[in-house]
Amino acid sequence: MTDLSSRDLTGDRKAVVDAFARRHRFKWYEAIPWIAAAACYFLFENYHALGAQIFATILFALSLDLLIGFAGIVTLGHAAFFGVGAYAAGVMAANGWHEPFSEVLVAAVLAAGVGFASGLIVLRTTGLTLLMQTLVVAALLQELANKWSSVTGGSDGLLGMKIDPIFGLYRFDLFGDTAYVYCLAVLFVGWLLARNIVYSSFGRSLTGIRENTNRMHAIGAPVDRRKIVIYTISAALAGVSGALIAQTTALVGLNTLALSKSGELIIMLVIGGIGRLYGAFIGVPLYMIAQDRFSQIDPIYWYFWIGLFMIFVVVFARGGVLGVFERFLQRRRSR
Amino acid sequence: MSEFLSIAISILFHGLAMAMVLYLISVGLSVTMGLMGFVNLAHGAFAMAGGYTLVILMKQQNLPFGVALIAAIVICVILSLILERLLYRRLYGGDELDQVLMTMGLIFASVGAATYLFGPVSQSLEPPAVLRGQLNFLGRDFPTYRSFLILCGALLVTALWLGLERTRFGAQIRASVDNLRMAQTLGINTSRLFTAAFALGSGLAALGGGLGADFLNVGPNYALEYLVYFLIVVAVGGLGSIRGPFVAALIVGVSDTAFKYLAPQYGAFFIYAITMAILLWRPRGLFGQSA
Repeated sequence: MTDLSSRDLTGDRKAVVDAFARRHRFKWYEAIPWIAAAACYFLFENYHALGAQIFATILFALSLDLLIGFAGIVTLGHAAFFGVGAYAAGVMAANGWHEPFSEVLVAAVLAAGVGFASGLIVLRTTGLTLLMQTLVVAALLQELANKWSSVTGGSDGLLGMKIDPIFGLYRFDLFGDTAYVYCLAVLFVGWLLARNIVYSSFGRSLTGIRENTNRMHAIGAPVDRRKIVIYTISAALAGVSGALIAQTTALVGLNTLALSKSGELIIMLVIGGIGRLYGAFIGVPLYMIAQDRFSQIDPIYWYFWIGLFMIFVVVFARGGVLGVFERFLQRRRSR
Repeated sequence: MSEFLSIAISILFHGLAMAMVLYLISVGLSVTMGLMGFVNLAHGAFAMAGGYTLVILMKQQNLPFGVALIAAIVICVILSLILERLLYRRLYGGDELDQVLMTMGLIFASVGAATYLFGPVSQSLEPPAVLRGQLNFLGRDFPTYRSFLILCGALLVTALWLGLERTRFGAQIRASVDNLRMAQTLGINTSRLFTAAFALGSGLAALGGGLGADFLNVGPNYALEYLVYFLIVVAVGGLGSIRGPFVAALIVGVSDTAFKYLAPQYGAFFIYAITMAILLWRPRGLFGQSA
């Protein structure tokens, strides 16, 4: 390995290498989401339950971003892993195991297992066939959950979950105070993991695979293995997110595995900006808060407008909120 | 033995009827995919529009079945031409992700629009009196409407295949699927060709959605609910293929009917398992091009 330090370099090259070497360091603006989340705890005391949902969904969107945005694996069945996690935590909680953290761990392991196994089959293909197969995996699991009603509760959903207080101290209450902090903490850990992946050499090779798979093959990168690894990691994160939702709402239904779940998640990610690590932090709150507001007024219109908005983002505002913001910054800088 | 035979015949019959519907809806998707590599997830929305138009025209305007069906096709073709000019055109040759996202948006918009216009309950098709009841054939009773469906489907499939083999338009489509650049070099106006193929595909989808309203319930979630079936038919058949999807539709139609009849406790489980197995064996589908 060549030493990439900037000692012997000068001028433009030095600047580039410096920028590259500093790339992974924390920047000041990366603290904004966490400060905002902490502030919201005190500002919006009546919305802690919604906040917890938002954090768990951000984690879900983050896991999807690793696949779509970074590795270029366009999937329609990401809800499969979310659902596996949710059902894993739910079934444990309904059958006598009430400790939250171990449930999350089991959910992550199970979802990772499903991700790995399905990845072996699904990732052999690309394009429309890949879309179809990811969709089929989710549909298969949904059908399984539907028919295996003695364990999953079938179409009635899984009820009767009981979750112990966290560390034996903080009870999950009706207002979601505990859930808020709990989900935020888990999201933070998940974000650190995702951030590390994105800025690692592994993450860079994923971007390479997204941009030009053939060339990655040509330079000898183990493309298939990398894809399976990121698919498994992403599945685990999605499983954790599912477990969080199951624990904080004490309800798991078949809709956790539905295509509409994956579709909505993609929409949230697109609104924020795909492949940007922070797209999830902007898109998910925007979507969920807007849904909370508007669907109370008129739930029928909701899907219509969100669909139109999505088309608008793809055709006119590429890259979502973050993409538009980036272009705005660039234009100002070039002036 | 005779009981086994009658079960087998009934499964084949209903499976064939379902296959016709699935094929009519999906073939357009295969062609757009093969021609321009466009992933049009919203294809089912055109089938839904066809179904709704047919049912509403018959119920509220009291139009006869045939007239309503033709009106439904025309309306959907116009709708698809507008959307093609307005939206699809911008993403030709673009990123696959953008196409998926845009058509996903279209699906959600179609769900909202259908709920707003027609309510959340799914609509049922009332076939005309001639097509109701049973048809006696070789000492067996077959539902008339489904026999009609099979007949219609067979005629359309034959016409479609002949058209693609024998007409200039068909030859141009086959040439462009094989090699788009070469076709352009030879002076084929591929842009116009694609618009025409898109409209044809949407018209067939509308027809399939209208005729198939008793298999695939016409409700607001149509495009989401049945997307998996359409994608299976296209992917298993092989992208860009015209005949492949027919074989795939047969497999899906017959095995879906068989398993729902013989092992209803497993639901659609086996269809998905079979699909995965076939694609594990042939990742490009049964009739996919090897390039």
